[in-house]
Amino acid sequence: MTADTISLLGGRLIDPANGVDRVCDLHLATGRVAAIGPPPRGFAPKRIIDAAGRILCPGLIDLSARLREPGQEHKATIASETRAAASGGITSLCFPPDTNPVNDTPAVTELIRRKAKASAQCRVLPLGALTQGLQGEQLSEMAALKKAGCIAMSDGQRPMPNTLVLRRALEYSATFDLPVCLFAEDPWLRDQGCAHEGQVCARLGLPGIPEAAETVALARSLALATHTGARIHFHSLSSGASALMLAQARSQGLRVTADVAIHQLHLTEMDLEGFDSRCHVIPPLRTLGDREALRRAVAEGTIGAICSDHQPHEEDAKAAPFPSTAPGISGLETLLPLTLKLVEEKVLSLSEAIARLTIGPARILGIPHGQLAVGAPADIAIFDPQACWILEEGAMLSHGHNTPFLGWELCGRVTHTLVGGRLVFQRP
Amino acid sequence: MTHQPTRNNLQLGPNGQLHHLLTIDGLSREMLTSILDAAEGFISVSERSVKKVPLCRGKVVTNLFFENSTRTRTTFELAAKRLSADVLSLNVNASSTVKGETLLDTLRNLEAMHCDMFIVRHADSGAAHFIAQHAAPHVSVINAGDGRHSHPTQGLLDMFTIRRHKGRFEELRVAIVGDVLHSRVARSEILALNTLGAAEVRVIAPRTLLPNGVESLGVRVFHNLEAGIRDCDVVMMLRLQRERMRGALLPSEHEYYQLFGLTEERLAAAKPDAIVMHPGPINRGVEMDSRVADGPRSVILQQVSYGIAVRMAAISMCLGPSHLPAPQHDDSRYH
Repeated sequence: MTADTISLLGGRLIDPANGVDRVCDLHLATGRVAAIGPPPRGFAPKRIIDAAGRILCPGLIDLSARLREPGQEHKATIASETRAAASGGITSLCFPPDTNPVNDTPAVTELIRRKAKASAQCRVLPLGALTQGLQGEQLSEMAALKKAGCIAMSDGQRPMPNTLVLRRALEYSATFDLPVCLFAEDPWLRDQGCAHEGQVCARLGLPGIPEAAETVALARSLALATHTGARIHFHSLSSGASALMLAQARSQGLRVTADVAIHQLHLTEMDLEGFDSRCHVIPPLRTLGDREALRRAVAEGTIGAICSDHQPHEEDAKAAPFPSTAPGISGLETLLPLTLKLVEEKVLSLSEAIARLTIGPARILGIPHGQLAVGAPADIAIFDPQACWILEEGAMLSHGHNTPFLGWELCGRVTHTLVGGRLVFQRP
Repeated sequence: MTHQPTRNNLQLGPNGQLHHLLTIDGLSREMLTSILDAAEGFISVSERSVKKVPLCRGKVVTNLFFENSTRTRTTFELAAKRLSADVLSLNVNASSTVKGETLLDTLRNLEAMHCDMFIVRHADSGAAHFIAQHAAPHVSVINAGDGRHSHPTQGLLDMFTIRRHKGRFEELRVAIVGDVLHSRVARSEILALNTLGAAEVRVIAPRTLLPNGVESLGVRVFHNLEAGIRDCDVVMMLRLQRERMRGALLPSEHEYYQLFGLTEERLAAAKPDAIVMHPGPINRGVEMDSRVADGPRSVILQQVSYGIAVRMAAISMCLGPSHLPAPQHDDSRYH
């Protein structure tokens, strides 16, 4: 990865971590930010990017994106999905361990890193399995996985039925100061459910997933966080009650954080009308009240990050009756514009919106990215906030076209993405 | 918020005529009444010595059952035959899906045989919607039961039975007893009764057998059988599947019968002329006592025979003269 000397001229730099929001030039050298404002003495940029009228911000950090490789290359590949990510301004993404084979040994981590090095257009941060084979029984070799490059531990969306194993997993990972990402879902309350247990579900006759499936599991993990002092990150909350529980736990000083998938901030159970399988997601879309509570929690910072929860699927995976379809939305390319839509809807300020996509997730992971002080890694997204378009299937770069946002008008189009000072995406 | 077209109109053709029958949801009172009126006309056909009318001659109707059924499939088959349609009955459970063929593949293959109508039963809620969305435009779909969602012809034949006995819906108080949570029949009945203007619809069950948010369907909830059926004109019983005991929804059939089983003594709480209904097949001694099932208030067997007339009405209206014309077949397809 060679990085040129680059000057980005005349853009509006928004760097929430450093309280910056002003029009200024940015100069990059050796993959890092060399200067903000006037260039360093004798600086000779090989490339100049005119960013006038555009916003420059730290590259987006996505806490959960499935790339499907290795094992499910018929759905997507590291090359295809990181290309889609780069086109959406994402410069780092966390890759859950539920690949085939599962990322529970350094060999698989190494395989992913090698494939990423060869073909990825952004940083791929592997999450290592918390337990072997994601079975929830035996701990994985976390120290070895960390050494191999795993940034945190997670069992994806698999349940952890045995509370003692969860306790041990939290204690063991805390030994190495590894954050643990948990998905809060009680498998028995989830049962065969595929939609929020509420009014829409009652009418459509879909097997329901009660809110308690999330809050019961969350309460158990919060109790263990108190007991172990471990760092726990909760992935993809879906209910307003969960957000309240998390706020309370944080106010008591627990080291717990959370993210929410961007679709949870726009859609509700009502969108399942007509059995739209593109809205089949886990955790399920809940009520309007839940959506509002999640939006407030994001605004207040209780939920510190918004992620894409990207899950690309081939067409067949969604071509079946609702309960038999694969859950998930292809979300990399809509993460930024849908988050900016929250600014338009006065849920977040522009600076808050960018913070939840950059410094928020960076702090959760404990990585130096997500901010653009002098010396920081030059991971940068440049977008035109005025550019609007209609999301169309044919224009998507992800191999997964499974998104209910097709046909939506989106604003805030990425024109350039730089990773470590290297231009990885430029809109033609 | 979302930008997709509303799906309720999926059932109606360009002139507001019935094209698919997938759910009672979204159908007007006038539409339901016109189906019931049409069924009234077909009752006499079944009573003739030659039980056939030529309304759907030359049409091919395919029963596509992904779930076992005897009664529903047979009555649909009879209904289509009495309309002079050619009928194909496929038990898909036993054939292609086992070989790994997807639902869409099965559909495409049958379409290639120039079917005009699919009558579909499937274990997934929303299956009939899915098939209607993916079928060729000239093909009609009738939902013969999808998961817990809908079973519109059952709902309609129940309304037909009630109308025959009670005349009007406006004054009626109707109780639905049993496993509403898992019942597509109950959902169809509740929607139909509310659309047709029944005075009150009640559901009676332990809380484990009621969906969360059931009140939003427009029902009053009771947990006591006697209180629930008091002064009711119609008592509709639901079938209790034996596997409910395993899912920790009920302790035992015995306790269920003790609390929610309909006996002659309990039925005394309803109006003296109240009718008792059941979609079949009955678990005698679980949902109801045999003396009630076979007693003078029971209209259970009438439901079955009316079912044929109602299904004839549904099939003929979906395939009828106001139906979308079948496209010209391109001869090259046969070479």
